[in-house]
Amino acid sequence: MHYILKRTAQAIFTVFATITLTFALIRLLPGGPAQSMRAQMLEQGNDLTSEQINRQIEAQMNIAPDEPLYVQYAEYMASILTGDFGISTWHNEPVADILGSALPWTVFIMATSLFLAFVVGISLGAYMAYREGSTFDVSSTGVALLLNSIPDYVVALLALTFLGHQTGLFPTGGRYASGLEPGIHPEFLASVAYHGALPVLSMAVVAFGGWALDMRGNSIRVLGADYLHVARLRGLSEHRIALRYVARNAILPMYTNLMIAIGLMFGGAIIIEEIFAYPGIGFYLISAIDQRDYPVMMGAFILITIAVVIGVYIADLTYGKLDPRAKGGGSRESY
Amino acid sequence: MSRTEAASDFETVSETNLTRSERYRQLVDEFVLAPARIVWHDWRARIAVTIIAFFLFLGTVGVRLVDEPRTNQGDRLVGAFRTLEHPLGTTASGVDILSQVVYATVPMIQMITAGAVFSVVVATVVGTTSGYKGGAVDQGLMTVTDVMLTIPGLPLVIVLAGVTDIGGNPYLIGVLLSINAWAGLARALRSQVLTLRDAEYVEASRIMGVSTPKILTTDIIPNLMPYITMNFVQQARAVIFGSVGLYFLGILPYNRTNWGVMMNDAVSQAGATSSMVAFHWLLMPMLAVIFLSMGLTLFAQSADRLFNPRVRARHAKTVGGDDTDDEVSS
Repeated sequence: MHYILKRTAQAIFTVFATITLTFALIRLLPGGPAQSMRAQMLEQGNDLTSEQINRQIEAQMNIAPDEPLYVQYAEYMASILTGDFGISTWHNEPVADILGSALPWTVFIMATSLFLAFVVGISLGAYMAYREGSTFDVSSTGVALLLNSIPDYVVALLALTFLGHQTGLFPTGGRYASGLEPGIHPEFLASVAYHGALPVLSMAVVAFGGWALDMRGNSIRVLGADYLHVARLRGLSEHRIALRYVARNAILPMYTNLMIAIGLMFGGAIIIEEIFAYPGIGFYLISAIDQRDYPVMMGAFILITIAVVIGVYIADLTYGKLDPRAKGGGSRESY
Repeated sequence: MSRTEAASDFETVSETNLTRSERYRQLVDEFVLAPARIVWHDWRARIAVTIIAFFLFLGTVGVRLVDEPRTNQGDRLVGAFRTLEHPLGTTASGVDILSQVVYATVPMIQMITAGAVFSVVVATVVGTTSGYKGGAVDQGLMTVTDVMLTIPGLPLVIVLAGVTDIGGNPYLIGVLLSINAWAGLARALRSQVLTLRDAEYVEASRIMGVSTPKILTTDIIPNLMPYITMNFVQQARAVIFGSVGLYFLGILPYNRTNWGVMMNDAVSQAGATSSMVAFHWLLMPMLAVIFLSMGLTLFAQSADRLFNPRVRARHAKTVGGDDTDDEVSS
């Protein structure tokens, strides 16, 4: 219980730290967003008074430049936490609306590919470790190494070129076929899967090799441990040894990696979304950089971070179930 | 009476005395020759060292052999492997692709080195201290680490590059790309240290009054070396992937060409994903990325063997290895 409380506090703290960071970037950076927006508005002319410019910045960025700094910070924090991310300077729509409709799509392609890669990876890796040195092991290791050396966007570009443009097997952009009414009906879901296939596969294909190699290495190390000799001497079944002794202890060190992967994959999805013109959150983030649309830029960053925080939080709460040592290990003061 | 018996164990002097030259020979054998023999014995390591050496060669000698890339070096969009003057073809503005690939190697190596060194050093200091000390130190360090770990790296770098003016210095970009990459390794190292700190030999050092930094460097960190090396190489790869990806998106500033910039140009200027005429322009930098990261991945794989005491002992002549314990039984 204590652990859960601590983790919850930590998750909330991370969100606060992130929002503080974006505030500092917007407000305190010389030549940063606040100043550059003011310069932009002055350049456009329209005979705006300083007062009007301040009001407009406040509406778009949730930052009132004429208030004292701590008031600005408090107001900014309050509006972000209540879901008000300001107004996009490019689309002239609330940032929350734009990003809110994009986020589920990013989570969809990201979670699907992470799940696929992890499950395929650890199964393959464990099997490779059991057959260490066999032709299967050597050839799979080779393939996994090769895949592990290819960035996902390279796979995406190749897939787009050959499966998209050249053969026309898959769509080259969009989330679903235009003209379809979104809703839970087979035609729409099939179209979503069809459009999501290439982005999901580009990320999963390169990631599963890494999981397989990690799992293989960990399993081999566990296979040499003394407690396994003891388990064998005790005459435990191979099945029990494989699942309870080897798999559990081999997956354990990968658990932190899984949490990192959640963050990495959200980052990777940005480039993939851009390549496939898939309007997820990363797609809007990149457009915002090109358009110098700071409210969208910061909103996307905050939303991605919150998504990662939630993902890691869930992963972390299940960690204690796998490793009893992890519970008390850090908390006692020693040496 | 019993005191002398008890103390005798600690007063025993080694029966074999080594002369200075013997000791040096042993050190050389252990730290230079044995690793070299292991590298030579393992095909993965052999390929890895060859590939990495090849790219180092490109970055140092290669740039002297190949002309600097500039427009109109040849005809426009010459395909790969068509002419001897432009073996990898040319771009839409007639720039030789081979020279672009070679010249992009230099800033890439600088970025990789800066990023990997930065993240490994920070991670080792934070991770081992935190895991070994425990208590308040651990809590403080891990709070910072967890925040860093959770904030997704690439979006953070994108936002920082979007609002700041970082310039094109490759060392700076390498560090920027690794700005929170140390957190993952630090946390992983901490959990490894947690399982190590109660080991008998560490306990023994502690009872003997060895200082904490000394215990960390002599008893704890050597055990983590395979892990640290692997992460060094993985971070090097992450810097390659991240920088090429962000250059491909056109987000990072540059003062010399980069494989990612080449890919961006190929797609935006010649539509390389839909027209086959320009595809080689996109393909060559991608192959360079894959080839270099392949070398690094293979190296990370073999690093495991390099630090494995059993494998080491088998290859070291001066250390009595236990030959009977061949590879872990399957």
